[in-house]
Formats: sequence, structure tokens, C-alpha cells
Amino acid sequence: MALMIEATGLTKRFGKTRALDGLDLTAETGRVVALLGPNGAGKTTFVRAVATLVRLDGGVLRVGGYDVRRDAAAVRRIIALAGQFAAVEPAMTGRENLEMVARLSGRDRTSARSSASSVLDRFGLAEVADQLVRTYSGGMRRKLDLGASLVGAPRLLLLDEPTTGLDPRSRIELWDAIRELVGQGTDVLLTTQYLDEADNLASDVVIIDHGRVVAAGTPSELKQRVGGKIIEIHARREVDVARIAQALQHLDHGEVHLDPATRRVSVSVEDSGSELMHTLKAVEGIELEDVSLRQPRLDEVFLALTGHPTSDRVLERAVS
Amino acid sequence: MALASMSIGRTTGLGVSTLQIAQRALLRYLRTPQLIILGTVQNALFLLCFRYVFGGAISLPGISYVDFLLPGFITTSVLFSGIGAATVVAEDLEQGFVDRLRSLPIPRLSFLAGRALADTAWNAWGLLVATGVGFAVGFRIHSSLLDALAALGLCVAFGFAFEWFFILLGLMAGTPQAAQGMALIVFPFTFLSSAYVPVATMPGWLQAFAAHQPITYMVDVVRALTQGAPAEALLGHSTGYWVSGALLWTLGIVAVFAPLAVLKYRRS
Repeated sequence: MALMIEATGLTKRFGKTRALDGLDLTAETGRVVALLGPNGAGKTTFVRAVATLVRLDGGVLRVGGYDVRRDAAAVRRIIALAGQFAAVEPAMTGRENLEMVARLSGRDRTSARSSASSVLDRFGLAEVADQLVRTYSGGMRRKLDLGASLVGAPRLLLLDEPTTGLDPRSRIELWDAIRELVGQGTDVLLTTQYLDEADNLASDVVIIDHGRVVAAGTPSELKQRVGGKIIEIHARREVDVARIAQALQHLDHGEVHLDPATRRVSVSVEDSGSELMHTLKAVEGIELEDVSLRQPRLDEVFLALTGHPTSDRVLERAVS
Repeated sequence: MALASMSIGRTTGLGVSTLQIAQRALLRYLRTPQLIILGTVQNALFLLCFRYVFGGAISLPGISYVDFLLPGFITTSVLFSGIGAATVVAEDLEQGFVDRLRSLPIPRLSFLAGRALADTAWNAWGLLVATGVGFAVGFRIHSSLLDALAALGLCVAFGFAFEWFFILLGLMAGTPQAAQGMALIVFPFTFLSSAYVPVATMPGWLQAFAAHQPITYMVDVVRALTQGAPAEALLGHSTGYWVSGALLWTLGIVAVFAPLAVLKYRRS
């Protein structure tokens, strides 16, 4: 199996911070890999290293078989990057932006023009193609930025937090766009703080914390590593949340998590129906909105693997 | 495991990439009418203040104040445009445009080359506007047209030289606001030159600086070239003196700041 990315012992320091601290990672061709981790985990530094934008302090990083240090120019010919900001020019039209990037990617004028048109069509931007990007919504800009990274027909697309700051509808649209690309054979390396995003898009998830890989595998493999299932109880009234938590504590299943803001209490249990029965008995008489027995979500996986939650923002999203 | 390296496309040429980047930079200026109008109005107001507010209090032998002032005003306009250039460079860094460029198969230098090209063209346009406003308030050329055109060409060259200084500031600043703040440093330096008043009216210790700093040479060469003999008499040196001084400073500024900017760009 050919490797698209092969990283061995990568280190990078910024002052006293070790952004990458001996990171090892391999990604096969034909996969969508999501790097998951909290702010400051080293995700962006790694993606920037793959994009030849970071001078590594140590380790070896090969992309498509080329060493990023020795063959940076060759790496740049197979990758494309869409960063955390939509790097499109507001004073140009969508079409002009794409044609510019296509020309910079080595296309001649005619091929740049046709490539821009097809990307505009594919992302549903044909109608606004000749309007200035200044007038676009945030979601449209991100889509255009994603499109801009595609006009050069890259083998590997690097997406650094592609949906951060987007409204839910734009996120889903962007996900669809990314899935379509993947369907057409583009490999993707993306970073995200959103666990549902990794779950939705990626065939492989790599969890990073403090510049190292904490765990890697398919989303379901990672969930299995946590073991068991989660019982989640959604109380009707906030005052009952503590009571429910107390009742679950007595059952001695596992650690009880409660979130008063959303009136939810969750506990991980061995995979058996009887535990659900016991739990229900324990909370008898309390008014409930909903009870569920489910697979752990990736944020719970992260918590189990690293011992600390991803970030408040992620938890918020996960429960919403 | 030995890996077969992937087949790859070719690298884009320096010419194409520089032109594409310059085109974007120019469109950004041209399609921001607020910038053009505000810049022009601000410039004109600034000129009117000097021409009509201070101008009445300043009388010079053999030359009218408006003819003395306008070369200063026109020449220093390249410095004021530079403030915008530094800001835009910092913006391109902050907003990910430079990251995108660096991940594309283009020569590294095309970003700086494209910016320098676009900003120089923009400067040339600004010089024409400033000259036009100058004619409107009574500025006249008292030499040959050829000399005047040479003065204009020199101004474009000065702008090109300072461009590297401003690019360096933009690369170092971190944020566009900081870049703008740092670039404003040029403002007092225009006053500590012969741009608005003759150096001879300044106290001796200040004259030592003002008489030898680049802005003075650049302004005075434009004066000498557009006003001829009366300017030479007032400034105390021949046109040739000012031309060679201004060119030396221009070359010096490029020689120092262009490599620094390139180095900074490669490292960041």
C-alpha cells in the first residue's frame, strides 16, 4: 500500500512550546484522515508542515514519497491547502479568484478558465461567479476557498479546520462538497475540533494532544477502545439533574458526567440490557425527557484516551 | 519500504506568477473606491493646508511657495502610499494569502516581486494625481518638459526603493494595525526634511540631519528639475548634485531593504 503521508518523529518548537513532540503518523493513499485534538495540540503545525510551510526541527516527513525538506517544490505540486481563513480576495470575483489560483498552479489561460468554471459549477457558485467575493456570505467564501485549492487538481488536499465559524447549514454543505471530492479520488487530510466532523468525513481519525499522536484508527475502532456503551438521561427539569446523577452513582457503573445546562446525565456501562433496566429503576419517579443507550461519541473517546476533555467548545457542540 | 514518488506537474514561471499576484494587488486598490477617494481627498486637504495656511507666512527668494512646496508634496506622496503597502502586506500574511502562495508551485520571490510591481504602478498613479492637484493650485514647471518627466521618473524610482522598506515593515509587523502604526514613522521624517520648508530655516543641529537624509535629496532633485535655476540658487547646489545624491540614496535603500525583505520573507 502506497503511503501519502509518512511522518517519523517530527519535532517543532516555537519558543518553549513543543508544537510537535515526536509525532509519528502514516496515511495511506485513498483515505480521508482527520486530525482531532484541542487547540494547541499541534494539528495546524502538522498540516502546515505537510504543506511545506513549517521548518521542522527534527524528524522525517514524506508527502507522496517526497521529503518536505529536500523536495519542497515537488510536494507543492501534489498538495493544495485551504487554511483557517478563507484566503480568497474580496475585491475579485469568484471566477477571478479561481482563475488566479489555477494560473499560479501552472495552468495555462484556457485550462485555468475551464477549470475555474467547472469548480464553480461543482460548488453551486455558478450564479455568483461574477460577483465580487466581498458580497459573499461566510459559507460561500469557504466554499470558494475550498474550490481555489482544487483548481490545481491536487492529489492531497489539506484542510485546516474547514468549517470553523460556519453556521450549521453551511457546514453541512461544505461537508457534502468535501465528500464529493473524496468520491472523485482526492485524498484529504483535515484538522478539526469538531468530533462529529471527523466522524462524518474521515475514514481514519488520528487523535493528537501535546504534539503527539494519542490514538489512531477508524472512528468505530476508536469508539470500541473506550468499551461499552453510554446511557444518557435527559431530565425534564434542571433541579432533577443532580438527583439523577446521585441515583446513577449508586449503581456503580462508571464515572457519571452531568451537564446541568442541557439537563443531561451520562454514564458509561458494560454492554448489557440489564444495566439499562437498573438505571431506569433507579431514576423512577423523576420526570424525564429522554433516555438513550448509545455508542460513545468521539469526545467521550478523547476524554477516555487523554484524561481531559477536548475543549468547552467541543463539548458544547457534541451535546447540542 | 521504498516509496515510488508520485508524478507531478510543473512549476509556474516567475513572470506569470508575478503578474498574477500584481494583478490581484492592483484590483484590490482599484476596486476599493473608498480608498482612492479618501486618499485623494486627504492628499488634497493636506496640500491645501500647506499651500494656503502656511504658505502665506513663508516667502522665499526667487521662487513662489507653491512651486517650492509641490515637489515636496509630490515626492513624499510615495511615502504615504507606502503606509498602505505595509498594511496590505501584513494583511496578506494574516489572512492566509501568503500561506496559499507558499503551498503553490511558484517561485518564492513572486509574492514580493508582484507586490513591488503593483505598488510601484499604484505609486505612479498617485504621483500623477498629486501632480494634477498641484497644477490646480498654481504649481508650474519652469524648466523643460523632459526635465519634468525625468523628475517624475525619479519619483517612481524613489517609491520603488521605499517599497522594500515598507514590505519589510509589513512582514515584521504581525498585524495590519501594527504595520500601519510602524509605517507612520515616515510622517515625522517628511517634516525633518526640505519637503515643506528650506533646511536653512532650521536650527543648526537639525540641519545636519535634515540636509543629508534621503527625503531631502529626493525632494530637492525634483525641485531642481522642475524649477531650474531659481531652485538651484535657493538650494545652493547644482541639479547634478541632487541627482547623484538622490540616486545614491535610492540605490542604498534598495540594497539594504530589498535583501532584508527577501530574507524575512524566506524565514517567516
